[in-house]
Amino acid sequence: MEAVTAHALHRRFGQVSALAGVDLTVPAGSVHGLLGPNGAGKTTLVRILTTLLRPTSGTATVAGFDVRRDPDRVRASIGLVGQHAAVDEILSGRQNLEMFGRLHHLGGATARRLAVELLERFGLADTGSRAVSTYSGGMRRRLDLAASLITAPPVLFLDEPTTGLDPRSRGEVWDAVRTLVAGGTTVLLTTQYLEEVDRLADHVTVIDHGTVIASGTPSALKSRLGGDRIDLVVSSGDDLPAAAALLASLTGNTPDVDEDNRRVGVAVTDRMAALTATVRGLADAGIGVEDVTLRRPTLDEVFLHLTTDDTKLVTA
Amino acid sequence: MNRLRWALADGATLTRRDLDHWARQPAQVVVGLLFPVMIVLMFGYLLGGGMTVPGAAGGSAYREFLIPGTLALTMVFGLEGTFQAIKTDVAKGVTDRFRSMPMASSAVVVGRSVADLLNAVVSLAVLVLCGLAIGWRWHSGLGAALAAFGLLLLLRFAMLWIGIYLGLVVRGEGALVAVQILVWPLGFLSNTFAAPSSMPGWLGAIAEWNPLSSTVSAARELFGNPGWGGDSWVAQHAILMAVVWPLLLVAIFFPLSVHRYRNLDR
Repeated sequence: MEAVTAHALHRRFGQVSALAGVDLTVPAGSVHGLLGPNGAGKTTLVRILTTLLRPTSGTATVAGFDVRRDPDRVRASIGLVGQHAAVDEILSGRQNLEMFGRLHHLGGATARRLAVELLERFGLADTGSRAVSTYSGGMRRRLDLAASLITAPPVLFLDEPTTGLDPRSRGEVWDAVRTLVAGGTTVLLTTQYLEEVDRLADHVTVIDHGTVIASGTPSALKSRLGGDRIDLVVSSGDDLPAAAALLASLTGNTPDVDEDNRRVGVAVTDRMAALTATVRGLADAGIGVEDVTLRRPTLDEVFLHLTTDDTKLVTA
Repeated sequence: MNRLRWALADGATLTRRDLDHWARQPAQVVVGLLFPVMIVLMFGYLLGGGMTVPGAAGGSAYREFLIPGTLALTMVFGLEGTFQAIKTDVAKGVTDRFRSMPMASSAVVVGRSVADLLNAVVSLAVLVLCGLAIGWRWHSGLGAALAAFGLLLLLRFAMLWIGIYLGLVVRGEGALVAVQILVWPLGFLSNTFAAPSSMPGWLGAIAEWNPLSSTVSAARELFGNPGWGGDSWVAQHAILMAVVWPLLLVAIFFPLSVHRYRNLDR
């Protein structure tokens, strides 16, 4: 059973093509990460799947219902946590949950009972009667999440749920998501953070410029894109070709050379062994260096690699 | 009919949300209610001494004249509240949450309308009490007075739809301030405080055709309070135009708002 499907989804805004033919399949009960830089089309895709936006062409289903033909049944099957904590700041946490419960047609008594239950489940029982405007960013997010779960929807959309949160609040949101998934909810999560999909997702789709550029499990993508890197800055620009050749022979990968900054960098698989070999090799060849660093690649580099790759689609 | 029942229930839930807002922010509500009272006192006692009103004599004449104008002006200023509420929900993503829920899409505006009209009724009541306290009376019977209140609320209803439309369309932080500033020329370029005949010709014509002026003239007529009169067609048919203008505005801004709500692309 597929919780979410998309086939050849296109969406244009005037001259701009936000989605240029996206295919996506999310099996029920899984966590699917949608990774991409700002403006990649992640939010547009989520807005189409949650019936907020109509696709220009293509089809999509959520919980088995067509988003275009059956939007009401899609809406009854989903929860949405958008980029802002979409809650009423003047009301208290409890009033918010009661209001959303009533709007889900649960009836007053059930809405009240569920509000209390959800506040407890998300660690907001003590602050339930305070105005949301006094909440911290993490508390708002948790309330937002609680509001999305009033009807225990089978499919939950999280659009950058931890953007702008401090590390502690981020951990709280992750814990809440894990609890949901354990209960069988299907989650489609968009994020800019590699770490977030690594922690939560079973499967990752990377999109950029409105198209899918890679798809696979987080570990497969990481070993393909997310290995460590060695960067070194040579003392003399004349040594740059020799240093690049050394790194290429040690790692088997093609180094990136930045002549202006006398910098050369390469992806490595076994971090400590590669570092030791590099330092020894530099000494043997008599190449003077100003700096050697071993680091994780930035997301920018991952995207750079993906988008400049000859074989754009990586399936693992 | 189940659909209609849920639409009403959802509308009631969102009306209740606004009443909860009032309960949680009493100070803001009181300030909002007292603002028109302040205008009455300012114009009535600080500026009113220098004003002469045709067809009436004495210091209280300007205040008799002032109250219907301020009542109508308060209805126009209500636009700010509607605008702010709609815009905040759009900016915070609350509107998106509503749109992604299986609720009646009419509920957002039904709830907004009922809450804002309730607010308008309370504002009118406070201002009427203030008016009665400073010597304003209605002279043509309760029926005519109720008709005047009806026209005032009709104007507020038209402003509601302008507020909803602007709230859905306008982006940016400074927007509320811009609206708050722009309602002033809209309010003053009318017969509320001064006679259009005393303004430069073309400005006076705009003031006479201002929808606010029609409601103000109609209210003065129905309350039996002094007014500027005027020979133009629009001044002669104030009560008719106090019905036509708001209905026309609703006919323009209602479909625009519905279209915009269904196509909120950010």
